[in-house]
Amino acid sequence: MSKKVAIIGGGVAGIEAAKKLSEFGYEISLFEKDTELGGHVAKWDRLFPNQRRAQEVVDILQKDLEKIQVYKSANVQSINRENGSFSVNATGKSYPADAVVVATGFELFPAEKKEEYGYQIFDNVITSADLELMFKKFGKPQTVSGVNPSRVAIIHCVGSRDEKVNRPYCSKVCCVTAVKQAIEIKESLPNCEVFNFYMDLRLFGPGYEELYKKAQTMGVTFVRGRLSETSELEGGRILVKAEDTLSSKPLKMSVDMVVLMVGMSPNPENNELFNGVGLAENSDGFLQVNDYHTEPTKSQIEGIFIAGACSGPNNITDSINAARSAAMDAHKFLTRN
Amino acid sequence: MKKEGIRRIWGDYQKEIADDKYYFVRSCIRQTFFPGSDATFLKILREVLGKDVFEDKNHTTCTGIGYHCEVIPFPTIQTVVARNFALMGEHGYQNYIPSCVTSFGIYCEVLDTWHHFPEEKEKTRNFLREATNREFEEPQNLVHTSDVIYKFRNEIAAKAKYKLVNKDTGKPLKVVDHIGCHYAKIFPSKGVGGAEFPNVLSGLVEAWGGEVVDYPERRHCCGFGFRQYFVQANRGYSIAASKKKFESMEPFKPDLIITNCPGCNYFMDRWQYALAEMEGKTYDEYGYGIPTLSYEEVAGILLGFDPWESGLQMHQVSVNPLLDKIGVEYNPNIKFKGENGQDLGKPESPNVLKFF
Repeated sequence: MSKKVAIIGGGVAGIEAAKKLSEFGYEISLFEKDTELGGHVAKWDRLFPNQRRAQEVVDILQKDLEKIQVYKSANVQSINRENGSFSVNATGKSYPADAVVVATGFELFPAEKKEEYGYQIFDNVITSADLELMFKKFGKPQTVSGVNPSRVAIIHCVGSRDEKVNRPYCSKVCCVTAVKQAIEIKESLPNCEVFNFYMDLRLFGPGYEELYKKAQTMGVTFVRGRLSETSELEGGRILVKAEDTLSSKPLKMSVDMVVLMVGMSPNPENNELFNGVGLAENSDGFLQVNDYHTEPTKSQIEGIFIAGACSGPNNITDSINAARSAAMDAHKFLTRN
Repeated sequence: MKKEGIRRIWGDYQKEIADDKYYFVRSCIRQTFFPGSDATFLKILREVLGKDVFEDKNHTTCTGIGYHCEVIPFPTIQTVVARNFALMGEHGYQNYIPSCVTSFGIYCEVLDTWHHFPEEKEKTRNFLREATNREFEEPQNLVHTSDVIYKFRNEIAAKAKYKLVNKDTGKPLKVVDHIGCHYAKIFPSKGVGGAEFPNVLSGLVEAWGGEVVDYPERRHCCGFGFRQYFVQANRGYSIAASKKKFESMEPFKPDLIITNCPGCNYFMDRWQYALAEMEGKTYDEYGYGIPTLSYEEVAGILLGFDPWESGLQMHQVSVNPLLDKIGVEYNPNIKFKGENGQDLGKPESPNVLKFF
């Protein structure tokens, strides 16, 4: 009888971990709280650095899942550990497991916490996730009244590197997402002026710097300065106040739309789910791994492994790599002695 | 604008406001500039709402203006605050209500300091003991006087003779709410509605029948800003800040500016005169200026108090047009009469701002 592994979370990391462990011959139960697999990626339109369709990646990952027992709309309520085995309690049933891979991902920073930015108050203040939905739906951004914006401000670091909202860390992927979205706005609406307000540009991956240069050549304006506040003007336009820290001058401009680059926040369900089995949080509130350098996908609890952005901000590639690493760690654990 | 988004924020920033037995503390500048406003506040609480409000002749300034101008050191201001708390305790009160927003910010700052640095509180105890032989306890409830009016806004509305409604058109008056910076910008959790979309005055406006005007420079300082005004060389910044606000609200054609800070009430009133003299311009349609009143001055009007007994003639921008819009019964001929009908003399009229 093959051993059982429970995977909590059906985003890209969870799917990849499930597939790899299935290939090793384990009996896999994959629990996803949403109605579909794919997590945040499935809600995105295009990906950096090559503007590939996000759905394409989700489709590739979802191939060959036949041997995996997938539970969608499955809310995991708790995980118990007894005599070296686990039981996962989801939607009223208990599922036994010999090992658990946690791939619960992250939640987008709730932009309404930055009250001064006016999200959920001013109609034309949206988030990067909202803009992706617009691209999916309309192929371009549009204001709440359905017209093409002629001027858009993109605000970096919303819920990242901000101690005021208890998010002191960098979310790693927002800068390149902002550059990608600026390009996509210019591509869909060539006459639209786009202004990116940034603190530092942290573009660390292959092709990212090229993307930044492309944005500049397309006429995207990069302003080094953090947004101070927004106000609504008559007609729904947004007044943006910031400081241009390169010229050391305050700046005030009106735009048709403000896009807030929301960072990654710890999944708020982690606490309730994993406190019972003793999984700890790191200083940023994400799940603590056993050793950041040498065991980045092992938890501090034997038999529980960690994959993807539940341990900290990650891009898709790093999440998939982490999922494979977690699968290897789990396999080693399950074949010990 | 999505009202439900603002309501969500208001829900996040509610605070306990005691419902009776208040120890009332005056503002240094308000009782000088608008002496009727404190009297109006006390009249509303005592005579209209039946509350117990104690005013102590021995209480002092919080020294906030000196503190913010860096002439009063922090240990001194803590000791002055502690002395006022000691007086409150000696009279058997626990609910402290300063009428000045700067003072409210000072009290919040001192209490927060004592919370995080208890050794500062102990030092202050020793200073107070050495200087006055007094002991003090922190108040059980510390709120600004505008919070108290906010708490009883619906009771006031129920007893009001008038509403913030244009008697001729039946439409709500458009009201700009201006919140003093030190009310919630330092400690957002201490303000009703928080710092970004405060509800302490907008809640009054809505309860009393008016319509709140949101305008782009709503959060901007009134122009008082201690470093702007008390440093003489910076006074240009002061009037520039006010001008920025008036220009921003002008397209919305407000009928009234309501404030909760003595400094804001003064500067948004007086600078309208100065700007009219300097630029030949007012920010309303008819050259009267935009009446700028404190929350209790507005409450007093709606409750039917005599506007001149409430001291509304002390405002540079005449309130007469506002009273006429609301339909208040008043006698314009006694605006500048003192007690016993003594003629105090009408101030000289400005060149531009129309004055009644």
